[in-house]
Amino acid sequence: MDIKTIVEDNIDILVVGAGLGGTGAAYEARYWGRNKKIIIAEKANINRSGAVAQGLYAINCYMGTRFGENNPEDHVRYARMDLMGMVREDLLFDMARHVDSAVHKFEEWGLPLMKDPKREDIGAYMREGRWQIMIHGESYKPIVAEAATKQVDKVYNRIMVTHLLMDDAQENRVAGAVGFNVRTGNYHVFKSKSTIVGAGGASNIFKPRSVGEGMGRVWYAPWSSGSAYGLLIEAGAKMTQMENRIVLARFKDGYGPVGAYFLHLKTYTQNGYGDEYESKWFPALSKMVGKEYLDTEGQHLSHKPIPTCLRNHAFISEVNAGRGPIHMVTMEAFQDPHLEEVGWENFLGMTVSQAVLWAATDVDPKYENPELTTSEPYVMGSHATGCGAWCSGPEDISPDEYFWGYNRMTTVDGLFGAGDTVGGTPHAFSSGSFTEGRLAAKAACKYIDDGKGEGIKVSDKQIADRKTQIFKPLENYTIGRNEIVAGTVSPSYILPMSGLQRLQKLMDEYCGGVTVSYVTNDKLLNIGLKKLAILEEDLEHIGAEDLHQLMRGWELRHRHRTSECVTQHTLFRKETRWPGYYYRGDAMKLDDKNWHVLTVSHRDCVTGEYTLEKAPCYHLVGEEGEK
Amino acid sequence: MPTFVYMTRCDGCGHCVDICPSNIMHIDDKYRRAYNIEPNMCWECYSCVKACPHQAIDVRGYADFAPLGHSVRVIRDEEKGTIAWRIKFRDGRVKNFLSPITTQPWGTKIPDFRNEPEPSDEMRNSQLLAFEPKYIRMDDSDIHTLESNGLKFKEGVYY
Repeated sequence: MDIKTIVEDNIDILVVGAGLGGTGAAYEARYWGRNKKIIIAEKANINRSGAVAQGLYAINCYMGTRFGENNPEDHVRYARMDLMGMVREDLLFDMARHVDSAVHKFEEWGLPLMKDPKREDIGAYMREGRWQIMIHGESYKPIVAEAATKQVDKVYNRIMVTHLLMDDAQENRVAGAVGFNVRTGNYHVFKSKSTIVGAGGASNIFKPRSVGEGMGRVWYAPWSSGSAYGLLIEAGAKMTQMENRIVLARFKDGYGPVGAYFLHLKTYTQNGYGDEYESKWFPALSKMVGKEYLDTEGQHLSHKPIPTCLRNHAFISEVNAGRGPIHMVTMEAFQDPHLEEVGWENFLGMTVSQAVLWAATDVDPKYENPELTTSEPYVMGSHATGCGAWCSGPEDISPDEYFWGYNRMTTVDGLFGAGDTVGGTPHAFSSGSFTEGRLAAKAACKYIDDGKGEGIKVSDKQIADRKTQIFKPLENYTIGRNEIVAGTVSPSYILPMSGLQRLQKLMDEYCGGVTVSYVTNDKLLNIGLKKLAILEEDLEHIGAEDLHQLMRGWELRHRHRTSECVTQHTLFRKETRWPGYYYRGDAMKLDDKNWHVLTVSHRDCVTGEYTLEKAPCYHLVGEEGEK
Repeated sequence: MPTFVYMTRCDGCGHCVDICPSNIMHIDDKYRRAYNIEPNMCWECYSCVKACPHQAIDVRGYADFAPLGHSVRVIRDEEKGTIAWRIKFRDGRVKNFLSPITTQPWGTKIPDFRNEPEPSDEMRNSQLLAFEPKYIRMDDSDIHTLESNGLKFKEGVYY
């Protein structure tokens, strides 16, 4: 194959991955950097890429400050409680104080936001819950993509970015990225003064419940390949809260969303025998996590929502006790034709598969309460969990340990993050991810204006070495294929899908997946790490028969690196902080005395060794000192 | 197998190939028409179905758990700014839904910043993002800070 090398040089801001985070970055970068060279490298087509490709029926992060609904600190307290205390409150406050301005822009651009008929005079949006507003968001992504495309010098679609480039002149400084075009096979080199990674979190690293054709019906998009973490860990960026994987309670098999059902339709859950089950698990659970996190008597008085993971715990416990399946009681709400319409359009707007499944199985929620399930775990940083890179906060609010010069910059100079990439910022969702992209872009412009991106050198050797490495799976296949008659079994290479299934099986069994009811311990995790190390050796022997499989091969590399980091973090945090997301069988209690801290890891790029440390967890408190 | 393509309707135009987020809609070498090369990496996101000018692409639910005999069809009309869905159950019942997808003519409401005046140094050195503080406050004052909201950062266990 004739591989052309295409170099895009003198870039000021390179955006890697143009989902909601990346599009926000590209849009904002032009506002502050009128003469800067801004380039997007996107794995798919920007008009339908990232987690919002399919559309959304709600924007889950909107304060409504101008309507007097919430202040930023209210959202911080909510996210803190939901994540059992483990969040970066400087980043959260910063995101929350800006997010509304993004949402109002979406409306100006044409995104249909539903209005509250009772507050028509002030133009307030239709609330689904305290933080959620309802939208007709089928075209959310194309609309936002247009905003980004208009501002940049060029969008490179179909580029799988495999590695970040590092500066050869100055240690620990990013110099752009490399990858290949999944259609032409050309090798692409992007040399840039700053890089904003808006790539995706990780689906498909734990064995999914559906393992045949339905393996694509993961909750988070199958194209979310953990590149946010794979790229950054390889570049030596510090990561935080990577143990904090998320498990979702969703409609069974289709993984259709439940937010609108709980909040707007006021549907509720019951066990297979028609009984309420949550409350009976809470007294014992309260002993596990402490009364501060789950106050079974006072909960209804405090009006604090019960953390997502704890509700999962009740679900999982009830099913394990033999009283499944858990049903969503829809039959009452669906008698109202308006609510019935909302229920269906909610799926058609963001998870069509659930409608397909109900049509296929003749489930009409008006006459039958559909089943729910808990999903396999996912590693990401923008939903009800906060995995990601350890990033600097904004200069006006961050404590010293959280600040090193530029907002949303990782511990690698010039390398910024947005969306899933940034750790400690759960409950950002689409609008918050877009906002983080904006914050990162303004900071990146300042970084460049301050002269911090000057004198970057990328050696020809670095570029040539990466090229050899990136295309090696094609060579592995060509050579190995000659040994065998036909078929997929070879003694010298493994196909990307085989490697992925090995990864999923070991993560499931050793790191707390569905088949072990989300339980792991130090012994299991250590075996998992050994197997991951051996898998890494085998990943040198990935065989890719074409460019598409070459992309799958590199996605697998990113998923593997993510998994390794998740396992390291899970081993480090010796407690069960989030029952319902995962359990450390050897430390079944929440331990605030030793573990009310954020976990931070660093992987040495040369030796591959991990160093883990505890970072202080700061909380926002009112001046009167609330407790 | 998540998405599939009807042989008699596809003319090989490649709109689906262009848009698929998972890179799995490819043109078959022999028939010069599109097909799904990797059904187990298909999210059933309908991006290709919506993009097809001939309604040649359809979805058959994942064989793991979806019985045959259903259909969920869609027509996305950019000019009208609407999306129309028809759900057909296995037992023949039908439901129809219609939603808006945009409130504005495509490509008209987003300014190119290169044609706008540059932000001032004061703006650059502030915490404000583009067009703020519009929309982020109830009153006309500046952005929220710890001081303005009476907050402090404290290390330790707070709930």
